[in-house]
Amino acid sequence: MSIFVRLMGAAAIATASMAATPVFAEGGTLVIASNQVPRHLNGGVQSGIATAVPSTQIFASPLRYDENWEPQPYLAESWETAADGLSVTLNLVKNATFHDGKPITSEDVAFSIMTIKENHPFKSMFAPVEAIETPDAHTAVIKLSQPHPALLLALSPALAPIMPKHIYDDGQDIKSHPANSAPVGSGPFKLSEFTPGEAVVMKKNPNFFIEGRPKLDEIIVRIIKDPSAVLIAMENGEADIYPFMAGSQEIKRLEKVDSLVITDQGYAAVGPLNWLAFNTKSEKLSDVRVRQAIAYATDREFITKALHRGVSTPQRGPIIESSPFFDDTIEPYDVDLDKANALMAEAGFADGMDLTIDFIPGPKEQQQSLAEYLKSQLKKIGINVTVRAAPDFPTWAGRISSYDFELTMDVVFNWGDPVIGVHRTYLSSNIVPGVIWSNTQQYSNARVDELLTQAAVELDQAKRKELYSEFQQIVAQDLPIYWINATPYHTAYSTKIKNPPVGIWGTMHPMDMVEIDN
Amino acid sequence: MTFSFILRRIGYGLLLMLGVVVLNFLLIRLAPGDPAVVIAGEMGGATQEMLDQIRADYGLDKPVLVQLGIYITNIAQFDLGESFFFNQPVAKLIGQRIGPTILLVITAQILSILIGVFLGVIAARKPNGVLSGFVSIFATIGYAVPVFWTGIMLVILFASVLPIFPVEGMQSVRLRDAGPLTKTLDVLHHLVLPAFTLAIIYLAQYARLSRASMMDVLGSDYIRTARAKGASEKSVLFKHALRNAALPILTVAGLQFGNLISGALLVETVFNWPGMGRLAFDSILRRDYPTVLGVLFFAASMVVVANILTDLSYRWADPRLRGRS
Repeated sequence: MSIFVRLMGAAAIATASMAATPVFAEGGTLVIASNQVPRHLNGGVQSGIATAVPSTQIFASPLRYDENWEPQPYLAESWETAADGLSVTLNLVKNATFHDGKPITSEDVAFSIMTIKENHPFKSMFAPVEAIETPDAHTAVIKLSQPHPALLLALSPALAPIMPKHIYDDGQDIKSHPANSAPVGSGPFKLSEFTPGEAVVMKKNPNFFIEGRPKLDEIIVRIIKDPSAVLIAMENGEADIYPFMAGSQEIKRLEKVDSLVITDQGYAAVGPLNWLAFNTKSEKLSDVRVRQAIAYATDREFITKALHRGVSTPQRGPIIESSPFFDDTIEPYDVDLDKANALMAEAGFADGMDLTIDFIPGPKEQQQSLAEYLKSQLKKIGINVTVRAAPDFPTWAGRISSYDFELTMDVVFNWGDPVIGVHRTYLSSNIVPGVIWSNTQQYSNARVDELLTQAAVELDQAKRKELYSEFQQIVAQDLPIYWINATPYHTAYSTKIKNPPVGIWGTMHPMDMVEIDN
Repeated sequence: MTFSFILRRIGYGLLLMLGVVVLNFLLIRLAPGDPAVVIAGEMGGATQEMLDQIRADYGLDKPVLVQLGIYITNIAQFDLGESFFFNQPVAKLIGQRIGPTILLVITAQILSILIGVFLGVIAARKPNGVLSGFVSIFATIGYAVPVFWTGIMLVILFASVLPIFPVEGMQSVRLRDAGPLTKTLDVLHHLVLPAFTLAIIYLAQYARLSRASMMDVLGSDYIRTARAKGASEKSVLFKHALRNAALPILTVAGLQFGNLISGALLVETVFNWPGMGRLAFDSILRRDYPTVLGVLFFAASMVVVANILTDLSYRWADPRLRGRS
């Protein structure tokens, strides 16, 4: 009797728990819709969303980050930073292999980090790395010329893919290496097919070094250039996830689809800022009062609430407001037309002036619409703005990088740590003619250079925060850039997805835990 | 005689190709923007050394005429070079896309000729009838409307109002692992809208042309003779009249081939069709010179070959031309 009752009870509990938990069978295909075209699939020598999404599935990296910005083991099962901050030891897992079956050793880690240091556009990521010692096959010791607090974040999948030395170390230029389009990594998925400009097909890596992962059988990145075609594909279920969606119309439209979830989570590390840059060497804009007048005349609230229909958030400084380093006491430049007019008069432009504004061809709402808004708004302080459109990215990039501009709308990413994505815009040593997304404002302030140099090596988080605070206070006064809003990246994903990729790196992170109910 | 004719036509074709290569090479360099800056921009920025290295790697540091000389030498050896953007051989990129473009262009060509000529022949029977009037109106509209507009209208119609045809891509990703029959049907399903969009403008032209040509031929003595012999109307129309009326249609079909390929560029862009047209369009925006030049070279070769074939088929269809050089 009692056995029968117990059995019945167990059966009832089992049934109840089965009914309460949705059943996600392992396997299935995840289709990612993207309108970004990757040049190739090796994130070690190429930055950007388009490459990072597939690259982080194909390649593993020493560490990965959780949603609280905490480093987690990946290819390195543990790590130690020396007390003086001048070396970091990575203890690698022993069972990891590349997709071709060769084991991953410390030699591969050393080769990869040194290769990234030499070839990746983000020079500051591994600049202090002097050498990497490999005392045994599973230990790599990174030797630094100075403490480097950004190092651990730089060891994330999006920035530090571990590449097979036996494939890449063959004397060919790594930036144009054929293996970049047919990569062999050690990540949860391996490349099955890459049709440039069309699709990337990745299949489950059955020998992935983390037991029981990945859950999916296949990930397909479908490149659809036309934004409305992407929306149709999401609406009728031809694609399961659409990351990096920034248009308010797109967001509002997909919000109405019952089978989709829309979130703005997953972009904390990207830190995408939309801003107005000044050519500080131009005659009219070299006076800080003119730049401040423009800031006082611009209404961030109107831009984010009306122009962007509430999907974007205001951004007051050079570091994304969601970052622990953001200083919220900096001058916000709340709209004040009287003050703006007074500043113009003080600067000797009481009769106004003519200015030209450029913008990146692309998402109209973040760029062109803002340029047009500024044209009407700045008229109120006597500035006649001419909006100069560029037919395509090369034309715009050519103008800005050769300093043939006065004002330009631009969108630039923070890339996790200020050392990686913020310093490049303000360091005077990064005024490099012909290079887009360098210090094209030609801004130069010795104290800023000093603060950024110190912050780059300061291991004490509190002290580092102080250094960045002072930096933010100064640039908010000097105003080489007027920061407007955080680009409102959103992800739309199907309700059939479990564990969606919404951590700090979003879809630029291994999707080994993502499941789908196909 | 015919052999020397073919040789001469091929000779003209090669000269034309040389002109196309030189002109395209110089034209694309007139566009503002530097490919090295695009590559650096795509990479997320670069140092001056990296920019210099990119320019050196792709030969962009040499004078334009030297670059042109190198390019022509390579083309003569059937080497289309490497894409600046994708770092892959241009021939491989074109190879991946040539199939979809040919499928689209040939389907559109067949559709436009078959439907256009059929409508034209029917209309020619009663030049003042209702059907003839309809064909004329349809032809005028079809000819006047830009192909991208037709495409966008069809996308709107079939995406939201009547969602029975896919409006994007060439195949459903969900059917990647399906059997060959399912996959073929899926491609044909995707082909309907782009092929119809591309066909519509030429269909109208063929309808007008064949109507005029047929009306001309139907007034001839030999048609009266055929009818007097008691030949059926069907036989008169399609056997006696159409064969003679087909000559101008054939000529236009050959000449239209170039237009069809340029039309395919727009249609592929509207419908996200994975063909050469979209590759060319995207490559222009990226200043990927080798890819743009490669696609243009390839497209021009196709047009030249189509024109030579038209000349030959013209001779085949019209015995009166066979003896002439």
